[in-house]
Amino acid sequence: MGKKSGQQTFQFANPPMIISTGTVAGPFEGRGPLASEMDVILGDLHNGKTTFEQAERSMLCQACRLALDQASRSTSEVDLFLAGDLLNQIITSSFTALSLGIPYLGLYGACSTAAEGLALGSMLLDGGFCSTVLVATSSHNATAERQYRYPTEYGGQRRPYQQWTVTGAGAALLGYTGQGPRITAATIGKVVDLGCKDPLNLGAAMAPAAADTLYRHFQDTGWNPDSFDLILTGDLGEIGLKLCREELAEKGVHLGENFYDCGLLIYDREKQDVHAGASGCAAMGLVAFGKLYRQLQKGELSRVLLVATGALHSPTSYMQGENIPCIGHAVRIEA
Amino acid sequence: MPGQKLTPRQAAYQQKVKKYEPRPRLLRNAFLAFVSGGVISLIGQGFTDFYRVTMNLSPEKAGNPAVATMIFLGALLTAVGAFDRVASFAGAGISVPVTGFANSMVSAALEYREEGLVLGVGSKLFSLAGSVITFGVVTAFIVGLVHALLPGR
Repeated sequence: MGKKSGQQTFQFANPPMIISTGTVAGPFEGRGPLASEMDVILGDLHNGKTTFEQAERSMLCQACRLALDQASRSTSEVDLFLAGDLLNQIITSSFTALSLGIPYLGLYGACSTAAEGLALGSMLLDGGFCSTVLVATSSHNATAERQYRYPTEYGGQRRPYQQWTVTGAGAALLGYTGQGPRITAATIGKVVDLGCKDPLNLGAAMAPAAADTLYRHFQDTGWNPDSFDLILTGDLGEIGLKLCREELAEKGVHLGENFYDCGLLIYDREKQDVHAGASGCAAMGLVAFGKLYRQLQKGELSRVLLVATGALHSPTSYMQGENIPCIGHAVRIEA
Repeated sequence: MPGQKLTPRQAAYQQKVKKYEPRPRLLRNAFLAFVSGGVISLIGQGFTDFYRVTMNLSPEKAGNPAVATMIFLGALLTAVGAFDRVASFAGAGISVPVTGFANSMVSAALEYREEGLVLGVGSKLFSLAGSVITFGVVTAFIVGLVHALLPGR
């Protein structure tokens, strides 16, 4: 049991590298401050397809192809494809796996998928089961809204604490050849339920999951918040980030200026009416596999902790009055 | 709904959530709803008068084509993608009148047209408006019953 440290953390003896990445952003995201960090920006939400679901699929597929092209790999050189998304039965990921033709394991961790994929991919690589793994995730504003909430054109007032589902897809190729930042540890979260029921305030529901996993990571590894250049949560949004900070402060862990949220980076919240920030799998997908990856490559950042959280409810569980259970997974990336 | 009892830890966290959750700006929203609802009613009244004069209808009868016109306008705004933007500031001012009812049906119809006429539009058309219709009918039944049973008529 040399690789497990503490209760929930896995340290990689032979840390896998992120060889290449691919990002595809929606048109609204393409008008945000991270636009220059995206590989491809769509002209419209349909991306030339008949349905929004097909559009999401085409984004995920394109992000995967971009990552493969950048590393000059063909699909046959990839051992496993790990992907997940928000749609029922993760159709985006599975249909993408069909067109890529890579052996595939589907993931469902809602918005925690990016970190779940990186953690699982790293374990498979470090364990010697694979030499190259493709990890990907996507979300689409229109497909998520119609599944979880209302039809896109329905006119209702949004709550001030609501978040905006990101349209985008991100993919990362993990392996041992070439150059890139390394994934050195991963902390797998437990499902947490602190009694939140409001599916319009997922940031508040997910914050304790992020806090729990972060606390576990610090306990298990002996690292502390100051050990990192940046600690990024996935899509807690403005309210969730404050709650997460407070939860950790109560446990004696004080997060500094280096603690922030991907969901607060994607949009210009002064000009883009997204209320509490971005949400969705692609929030971390776009930030981590776009700007963050490049900053790690250039050496602008050297130690980063990503904590992606997911709300594991469904419209059915919500309508039946259940609480919203959440999870958070952390991965440590070092340049 | 099953009322799950909160543990002390959950209850404490819920208090914290309340502290950070920004409240909707009720006064501003109510004012905007009042003004925009008033404007919409004014437009409706304009159509009523228009039909009354041009079609030589009684004021009661002129309401019918006026309502149909407002439904059409609500549907049109939804179809061109403008309704949700207007509603984001007009709020209840546009969603409570018949325009909101039109929006709830047309937005559902637009959303589910890709699933086909039968499985999509046909079955999902009332996904939002269904509750309104169901409880509207139930309320109408109760009111009608009371009206019929009440002596003195």
